[in-house]
Amino acid sequence: MSTVSSSTRTSRVAVGRPARARLQAWLPRLVLSPSIAISLFFVYGFMLWTFILSLTNSRMLPSYDFVGFAQYGRLMVNERWWVASTNLVVFGALFVGICLVVGALLAILLDQRIRQEGALRTLYLYPMALSFIVTGVVWKWLLNPSLGIQAMVRSWGFESFTFDWLINPDMAVYTLVIAAVWQASGFVMALFLAGLRGIDDSIIKAAQLDGASLPRIYLRVVIPCLRPVVFSAVMILAHIAIKSFDLVVALTGGGPGYASDLPATFMYAHAFTRAQIGLGSASAMLMLGGVLAILIPYLYSELRSRKHG
Amino acid sequence: MDNVIRRRTPAARLGRLTLYAVLILAALFYLLPLAVMLITSVKPLSEISAGTLLALPQAPTLEPWAKAWGEACTGMRCEGVGGYFFNSIAIVVPAVLISTVIGALNGYALTKWRFKGSELVFALMLFGCFIPFQVVLLPMAQTLGWLGLSSSRAGLILVHVVFGIAFTTLFFRNFYVAVPTELVSAAKLDGAGFFRIFWRILLPVSAPIIVVSVIWQFTQIWNDFLFGVAFSAHDTQPVTVALNNLVNTSTGVREYNVDMAAAMIAALPTLVVYVLAGKYFVRGLTAGSVKG
Amino acid sequence: MHALKHPPLLRRTLLGLAVATALGAAQAQAGEVEVLHWWTSGGEARAANVLKELMEGEGHDWQDFAVAGGGGETAMTVLKSRAMSGNPPSAAQIKGPEIQEWGELGLLGDLDDVAEAEGWNELLPEIVADVMKHDGQYVAVPVNVHRVNWLWANPEVLDAAGVALPTTLDELFAAGEAIREAGYVPLAHGGQPWQDATVFETVLLATAGADFYRRALVELDPEALGGEEMIEALATFKRMRELMDDGMSGRDWNIATSMVIGGDAAMQIMGDWAKGEFTAAGLTAGEDYLCAPAPGTAEAFTFNIDSLAMFRVTEEAEREAQQTLARLVLEPTFQEAFNLAKGSIPARPDIDMSEFDQCAQRSLEDFQHTAETGGLVPSMAHGMAVRADVQGAIFDIVTNFFNASDMTPEDAAKRMTSAAQVAM
Repeated sequence: MSTVSSSTRTSRVAVGRPARARLQAWLPRLVLSPSIAISLFFVYGFMLWTFILSLTNSRMLPSYDFVGFAQYGRLMVNERWWVASTNLVVFGALFVGICLVVGALLAILLDQRIRQEGALRTLYLYPMALSFIVTGVVWKWLLNPSLGIQAMVRSWGFESFTFDWLINPDMAVYTLVIAAVWQASGFVMALFLAGLRGIDDSIIKAAQLDGASLPRIYLRVVIPCLRPVVFSAVMILAHIAIKSFDLVVALTGGGPGYASDLPATFMYAHAFTRAQIGLGSASAMLMLGGVLAILIPYLYSELRSRKHG
Repeated sequence: MDNVIRRRTPAARLGRLTLYAVLILAALFYLLPLAVMLITSVKPLSEISAGTLLALPQAPTLEPWAKAWGEACTGMRCEGVGGYFFNSIAIVVPAVLISTVIGALNGYALTKWRFKGSELVFALMLFGCFIPFQVVLLPMAQTLGWLGLSSSRAGLILVHVVFGIAFTTLFFRNFYVAVPTELVSAAKLDGAGFFRIFWRILLPVSAPIIVVSVIWQFTQIWNDFLFGVAFSAHDTQPVTVALNNLVNTSTGVREYNVDMAAAMIAALPTLVVYVLAGKYFVRGLTAGSVKG
Repeated sequence: MHALKHPPLLRRTLLGLAVATALGAAQAQAGEVEVLHWWTSGGEARAANVLKELMEGEGHDWQDFAVAGGGGETAMTVLKSRAMSGNPPSAAQIKGPEIQEWGELGLLGDLDDVAEAEGWNELLPEIVADVMKHDGQYVAVPVNVHRVNWLWANPEVLDAAGVALPTTLDELFAAGEAIREAGYVPLAHGGQPWQDATVFETVLLATAGADFYRRALVELDPEALGGEEMIEALATFKRMRELMDDGMSGRDWNIATSMVIGGDAAMQIMGDWAKGEFTAAGLTAGEDYLCAPAPGTAEAFTFNIDSLAMFRVTEEAEREAQQTLARLVLEPTFQEAFNLAKGSIPARPDIDMSEFDQCAQRSLEDFQHTAETGGLVPSMAHGMAVRADVQGAIFDIVTNFFNASDMTPEDAAKRMTSAAQVAM
């Protein structure tokens, strides 16, 4: 039986034992159907709805005067949109990259039979539990030149110390990276640590016997084993990056000017405070496009790995 | 990974020292915002304006906490964030339970009762994890209106369940994929039904992933602000919205200590959950979604 | 203030009796109003509380729905979400051209009955009344009139720097240098788009005058938006940065005000709601702090009117409650109490101003004076001049220009022209 593929199995059973078995065969689908319906309506339906709105000139509330792709055209010539998109690329690349490096490094260091490992791990991990609604005020303080780190270091006697990224239009987006890395890198560390613990010791022992140095072992043997972890981490981080909203609102408010705007805040500002629902919807659709670009490889690998599992 | 670093040679000892130094420095970085919050929340106002961020309180006081919980004003209400704390609980608990149960059943059906198109169904649902929530705000508002659930706790619970089941399904599905199919097949041959197999075989081994699902959903929903602010009325606001109202309310001198205390109160449940169960969270998560 | 305390209380007890005796009839009358607003700061909230008590005195229920943050942006999101779900609050703090937008959507209920009974047409200045009407019908009720182009100053800091309160922009820049040398921040500011825009429109008013202001920021005349005067105003606006400090990024306006109160900064350009902060700190106008029209704008008045718009409701009791609310808002008791706390002037000019301080008295004089001379203009930064999308587009350019190191005033003016067109 276990060698027979699933679809033929169900049909055979269904033929064999009529009513009850048929119910049994349909039960999984029945159990899934509310969720499917919910997905279809609340995710896909709403996406379609947003797409339709993006073709209208809706202002304060949705209206249905269609204007074709005019809103997308306006978006393409909107400088703020390009700033937001560029910021997302910069922010996303740095955020994902730094989180991976910091997370992997901390995990490897923590893996050296450290005393109080549990306590340290919890310290690294806890930021993931907090939203920026909660920590935003503190972050604003810390990064504010005249209140936070700069002022503190100067009060220790380093008068020329400067850390004013928050008010510098060219650097503000990097303050987002700092806070976002603070929040998510511990989580990545935890993923890596669990991955490391799952690696068979004998591989490492064998490499050691071959006389390989410790950094070399990690670089050549251990990290390649962690590819699936890296992959999952990238997916999780990329999706956090695209959805980043509270972070920007709490930290920079998109400023100075709109130098640290991201697509999520752009969309929100236009759809809700500027009464340009049409334009906001168009930007949301482009955001969705970005999500798809990341999601399709992920889904592909998810489904493929299942076939092997 | 035994003997990775041999002890006792001077070089190894130095290496060991650097190792701890790096780890502790990292810990300080992660701790900094929380430390500032905590220290500020027990300082009297006069000390905040006088000293630096990390100066320890000279005369620690719990008054800001009491004020944040029960007296701080937003608008005409001077009732702190305490009441909203319970609003959050009333929203979070049912939403977490319902979405976890649905996720578990979905994951089970998707892995142990595969049918034609079940993979497509999974892919379809997975997309819900990635949808930016701003996109659904307006349609959701209209839908809640149709359902007669606008501005109610039930409405918020529905929203959180709807956008939570994508995640819980993902977790359970990835976890159950790794559970051997043999037992299930044998049970099927014995004529055990859908729910019976779930109850007897899958559920007993599900503890790690239930922990993951509950913790994830709990933090997501507890920390939610966007849905909370858009779909609640004056008496159904969750604590994050109340916190935001409080922090953004300006009354002459800004009471940073009360703001920080309120933020700590809002953060406490998720913090406690992570500190107590973070270990299981990571362990369970790696058993599930990180599986190669 | 004395008049405020007793009559409502008395009225409430009387009404309580009435309710107790004629239960059925009274209940049919008693409605509930849910009021969405962002009067969350201490003074504002206390003032709004007066309205709540008045409402309860008339036997109606007040459901307070305060949403703080972002100058009402969060509150607007909530309002849209509620309107979409077909469940708007009965009254909401909406102002300026946005009232027209809500009116066009057919969501607002009319207040003509109250307006007629109370004689709003005679009571309200025409410019105020126009904002409250959609399609000739009253749909909103004005709460107050703010003046935006004010300069606030700490006299001690000015003395320490040896300068007088500047009345022109040149004087302001000169004073700024002296203040800086004396070790203070000349101008307290918060780097948020609306604050940047507030300073910008004030500078524009000073350098180009009220008529040009109206052409550029109200009528959106492309020639004015891209013209020489605009370029000059932008350049001057950028110079204002010299007067500000490094920590301004994202700073709330009231934190900037507290810098003036605390003696860290000398001055602030901000609307008269800043007075609420001075009052809350226990300071007296003219002694502990100074108020004057922003440098170069003595002959102009940028107005910002807060108002409550009423949403269409079906239930008779609720409608009744709305009408009562609208009536109470314009009654002297509330107008006086609210505006004393908020720093603004009453929406109806016939109120006795003796309780008000010299800043408010001057504000009212200037309001009436500029209404005749043509110096009275709506504030762009506070959503009184143009609709939200145009306002947003102008904000983007102003704040970006103010913060970017590489944008020329000519560039910014050119963008202003195209933004105003694209947004329409």
